[in-house]
Amino acid sequence: MAPSPSPIPLAQRLRAGDPRAVARAISLMEEGGSAAAALHAAILPATGRALTIGFTGPPGAGKSTLVDAFVAELRKSGRTVGVVAVDPSSPLSGGAVLGDRIRMGRHTDDPGVFIRSIASRGHLGGLSRSIHHVVDVLDAAGRDAIVIETVGAGQSEVEIVDVAAVRIVVNAPGLGDDVQAIKAGILEIASILVVNKADLPLAPRTVRQLKAMLSLRREGEADVPVLETIASEDRGVAELLAAVDACATLRPEDAAARRRTRIRRLVAEGAAGEMRRRILAWDDAAFLETLARAARGEIDIDTAARAAMEAQAGGVPLPVAVPQKADRRAG
Amino acid sequence: MIHAGTRPLRVLVTKIGLDGHDRGSRIVAAYLRDAGMEVIYTPPWQTIPGVVKLATEEDVDVIGISSLATDHLIVPKMMEALRAAGLGHVGVVVGGIVPEAEQSALAAAGVSRVFGPGAAREEIVECVTALGQKSRAERVDDYSEANP
Ligand code: B12
Ligand SMILES: Nc1nc2c(ncn2[C@@H]2O[C@H](COP(=O)(O)OP(=O)(O)OP(=O)(O)O)[C@@H](O)[C@H]2O)c(=O)[nH]1
Ligand SMILES: [Mg+2]
Repeated sequence: MAPSPSPIPLAQRLRAGDPRAVARAISLMEEGGSAAAALHAAILPATGRALTIGFTGPPGAGKSTLVDAFVAELRKSGRTVGVVAVDPSSPLSGGAVLGDRIRMGRHTDDPGVFIRSIASRGHLGGLSRSIHHVVDVLDAAGRDAIVIETVGAGQSEVEIVDVAAVRIVVNAPGLGDDVQAIKAGILEIASILVVNKADLPLAPRTVRQLKAMLSLRREGEADVPVLETIASEDRGVAELLAAVDACATLRPEDAAARRRTRIRRLVAEGAAGEMRRRILAWDDAAFLETLARAARGEIDIDTAARAAMEAQAGGVPLPVAVPQKADRRAG
Repeated sequence: MIHAGTRPLRVLVTKIGLDGHDRGSRIVAAYLRDAGMEVIYTPPWQTIPGVVKLATEEDVDVIGISSLATDHLIVPKMMEALRAAGLGHVGVVVGGIVPEAEQSALAAAGVSRVFGPGAAREEIVECVTALGQKSRAERVDDYSEANP
């Protein structure tokens, strides 16, 4: 393994809950690289205890305001909280103004609430590339509940399924054509649907539309409650927490499965990234010829891609080879 | 594993005390974003412990305080609180309307630079970039540091 500073002291300090260590560890995870990987490995055994709750929904629906009120409710129930608020990075400059936190002002004096703003850094899907690692840091630091706010919903936001045990899709009346704002994919990932800004006159219509959409779901799918909130007045938030807790106790076996899917996805992403870097930097003559043939249309892109990948991978067996499979490959 | 790469500089742009003039801080936040930095922007009226908590959790490299109509000498008190919280490596700049007599007090407290009305975008970006890089270089690497 490459010589890198030992992450162990940092792992110990963050597991003791030291906020500076937690903050530093999150930065390290965002940076990536071998120190991040070593730290992640060191804290992984201490994860899996926190309740993870995701808030997603169209821009301006009131996600941050609702998170602020929801966190207050979690605190009332005696739980410590970590919040990860993801905002988009500018595609032009790569910079960002991370503004979700503006609406989470009431927790500035409470050490029981740790808030971290994360920029999406070009990652699609409403989250950031390092989101799993960031959540693991807060989990290992002993936070009882971890609340994740995603970038306003697009269509590709199903990633939240891997990250959050309970997914809350926040809607609000009057955001254009209401139901159009909630894409089908988003509905399928929801554990709970919220119509926020229930003080607005069109709210009952939005509730009706959502319930109508839910009635079209396949049979056997879990019930999805539709709740109304007025986040700016803390109304409906206690009911929301009750629904979240009910949802979490209903399906405890999900956690292990989600974790496996999550690890699988991380491995797939890591492998894809590594392969991409290798192929982009590859100037082997035979490979250049393959590219030329693809450019001339003699072979299709998929074939060229598969050939490149297999040549790069070199048929090296996995380090922890299952004996039978290794035998079969050798013979 | 995640791809190792460079992380944009992270800057907290905020205002402490009763001063509500926020036009300058909004403009500066946009300047820094457009220069590729991640800006944690807060509304006015923050407290010193609040700023320390924010800077800790967000792991910022630089703090920019906009100060137009406060007791500017609140800034040295903030500097002291930052050092006490182990954030001595974080660079601090101030902008706004600060009388000259007070500017020297801020400098003595460790503020790197005070910008006045009409400060140019390039100057601000250049200063914050340099300060952020210095802050990263000087930070004791917490992950190899012994338990305090
Ligand atoms: C607009 C204004 C207001 C508006 C504010 C609107 C708003 N939301 O911001 C209103 C009308 C509300 C207002 C109210 C008051 N104001 Co007034 N206001 C001004 C005025 C005319 C312009 C300020 C401004 O917006 N400039 C435009 C911005 C873009 O410039 P800037 O803030 O200076 O920012 C630049 C630089 O300073 C620097 N910068 C600023 N912040 C930062 C931060 C960082 C990190 C960096 C790197 C750089 C940086 O970069 C910016 C771009 O160049 C100034 C006079 C003046 N000429 O500056 C008085 C002034 C600031 N106000 C003043 C006063 C006294 C008040 C009141 C107390 C008046 C009263 N008695 O009620 C109230 C207080 C309100 C409050 N709660 O804070 C005094 C302050 C005196 C002092 N320094 O001791 C001033 C200087 C007027 C004067 N000459 O007396 N005000
Ligand atoms: N009337 C009303 N307004 C609300 C309510 N909740 C939030 N708002 C307002 O809606 C606006 C958007 O709120 P945010 O919490 O920033 O919404 P968001 O979904 O986090 O927005 P993005 O992060 O930008 O996608 C703010 O002006 C809030 O004050 C509510 O229950 N009723
Ligand atoms: Mg938000």
